[in-house]
Amino acid sequence: MIANYGYKDGSGEYYISIDTDKCISCEAGRACLTGCPKGMFETMVDDYDDEVVQIKQQFRRNLAYDCAECKPASNRPPLPCITACTPGAITHSW
Amino acid sequence: MSEQLNTGDKKPEFWRWQENCWADETKDWRSAKAVTVGIDVGSVSSQCVIVADGELYAYNSMRTGNNSPDSARNAFKGVTEKTGLTLDDVHMVVGTGYGRVNVPFSHKAITEIACHARGANYMGGNKVRTILDMGGQDCKAIHCDDKGKVTNFLMNDKCAAGTGRGMEVISDLMQIPIAELGPRSFEVDEEPEAVSSVCVVFAKSEALALLKGGYTKNKVIAAYCQAMAERVVSLLERIGVEEGFFITGGIAKNPGVVKRIEKLLGIQAMNTKIDSQIAGALGAALFANTLVQKQGPLAPIAA
Amino acid sequence: MITAGIDMGSRTVKVVLIDTAAAGAPSVKKTHLMFPGDLDGDAAADKAYDDALAAAGLRRNDVNAVFATGAGRVMVNFANEKITEMSAGAKGVSYFYPNARTIVDVGAEEGRGIKTDGTGKAIDFAGNEKCAAGAGSFAEAMSRALQLTLKEFGDASLRSDKTIPMNAQCTVFAESEVVSLIHSSTPKEDIAKAVLDAVASRVCAMVRRVGIDKDVVLIGGMVHNAGFVQSLKTAMDIDEVKLPDYPEFVAALGCALLAAEAKH
Repeated sequence: MIANYGYKDGSGEYYISIDTDKCISCEAGRACLTGCPKGMFETMVDDYDDEVVQIKQQFRRNLAYDCAECKPASNRPPLPCITACTPGAITHSW
Repeated sequence: MSEQLNTGDKKPEFWRWQENCWADETKDWRSAKAVTVGIDVGSVSSQCVIVADGELYAYNSMRTGNNSPDSARNAFKGVTEKTGLTLDDVHMVVGTGYGRVNVPFSHKAITEIACHARGANYMGGNKVRTILDMGGQDCKAIHCDDKGKVTNFLMNDKCAAGTGRGMEVISDLMQIPIAELGPRSFEVDEEPEAVSSVCVVFAKSEALALLKGGYTKNKVIAAYCQAMAERVVSLLERIGVEEGFFITGGIAKNPGVVKRIEKLLGIQAMNTKIDSQIAGALGAALFANTLVQKQGPLAPIAA
Repeated sequence: MITAGIDMGSRTVKVVLIDTAAAGAPSVKKTHLMFPGDLDGDAAADKAYDDALAAAGLRRNDVNAVFATGAGRVMVNFANEKITEMSAGAKGVSYFYPNARTIVDVGAEEGRGIKTDGTGKAIDFAGNEKCAAGAGSFAEAMSRALQLTLKEFGDASLRSDKTIPMNAQCTVFAESEVVSLIHSSTPKEDIAKAVLDAVASRVCAMVRRVGIDKDVVLIGGMVHNAGFVQSLKTAMDIDEVKLPDYPEFVAALGCALLAAEAKH
């Protein structure tokens, strides 16, 4: 399942997508949980009884601002969450 | 049609929609082996659906009250009054929706994404692949497989654009009951360009400017409905639209938005005789039915 | 030499006329602000420009060049050149504050951060366009819900030392949240601060994307809102935010200055 957390508003589309098929059997030891400087990821058991990672509720409506520090307007370094997720389950839409 | 005006002290509530309670008179829950309940407590509306042996039997749909537990209780109470069914007669209750963890008598909570997909799979059959749910304060785009299992989804509850609230805003602004917006949006000499599809606040000020600039109310509503349609289509495109397109939630009852979505996508939405607002609660009740088949019934939890 | 700058904003038209005849710094001859009302964009631009000229005792022939900026700049048919709000804002700010490095621009419909190179040139920007939540209209809508003017709203916020988080990120949803705060008897000043803190934190997150370097200058309509300025300082964790004298005219002034440079 592709789970898209985030939103689209007047200023743009801000989604972090998690490919749960790559996430169920995580080969990175859930490195995203500590990789994100804001601690935005958490594990949960989804509706089909698989343990996967999701974005915490309190961050889902605020991604443009919460992720801003990892995304300077120029000279952007690689994102820590995507670097941590070696199975490649995490993508950002912006 | 005469246009209502704001007279007297009491402000008319143009956005208020019809509450609805229904039971299948041809069936009797007393003869069913498994009776399960799905409760969907949304931000604006709450539904209770009763499934008897895996078939839809009864439902109640009403406006969400001040708190989730009471809304859940009241939704169930409506069905009790109609059918005589009490919690003691129920084998399992599943809660869903924004207030799902606050349903006092539920055995399990399941997200509205999974429940909507499951409900749509029942209502539209196993050909349903793309589901759009426009709720009171959110918009969900879901892609599912032939069993109603979610394969891709997104939910937007950050922004009012593309939600039922967005429609309430225009209904209030135009002073026209919400159920009339759709039909009125087609009574125009020519289809206008959409107002801002990205922000309700800006759409509202654009709508006011159009009205001042000589647009009829109907034409402004048409421009607004087009904006709503463009908005949700942009969300749908993110998850990928496939044939087997099903619309749930209150907005399915607004042809002004639905027809424009269909036109933008080039795909007709599937038809159903069942009230589109109950999809989430129906899915929850169906999940409960599956659980009863697997694990047997559970003792009722007091409301 | 006389040059003009026109800023066609989402709510108002601003015109600035400057004189660069003598040696030394250009001087501002006239500032003019107009609400277009029912006028169409191009007619509004014409009227605002002619009104400003009349007030300065000038005719169109006296003006050597006109530059336009703002969301509606394409409608200024008589402009010699159209430039972005970022370039215009950066140039205008440099007139007041040559040491400005970070410009925070919060207008009615947009909040953005601009980084300048120290000579009045914008080198980077990050913005929140077309979403009312990150801009002045969010505060405006909430002040209406509290039945306060925007100025009263800002002043009220200064009297509060509470920090109430706002859950809603959307102006439309926030209105209901504010109504429920009113119903639960939350003091108006605390609500005002909660709202302005929310806008400030969003604006600040955007500005951080370009970096925060001194001097920090705030331009746009929110300059007049003392509560917002305070919330912004707290959010950005800095002691001072510089405020230009005529914040609404900064972009129009920047246009006029760039027009003068182009003619040299």
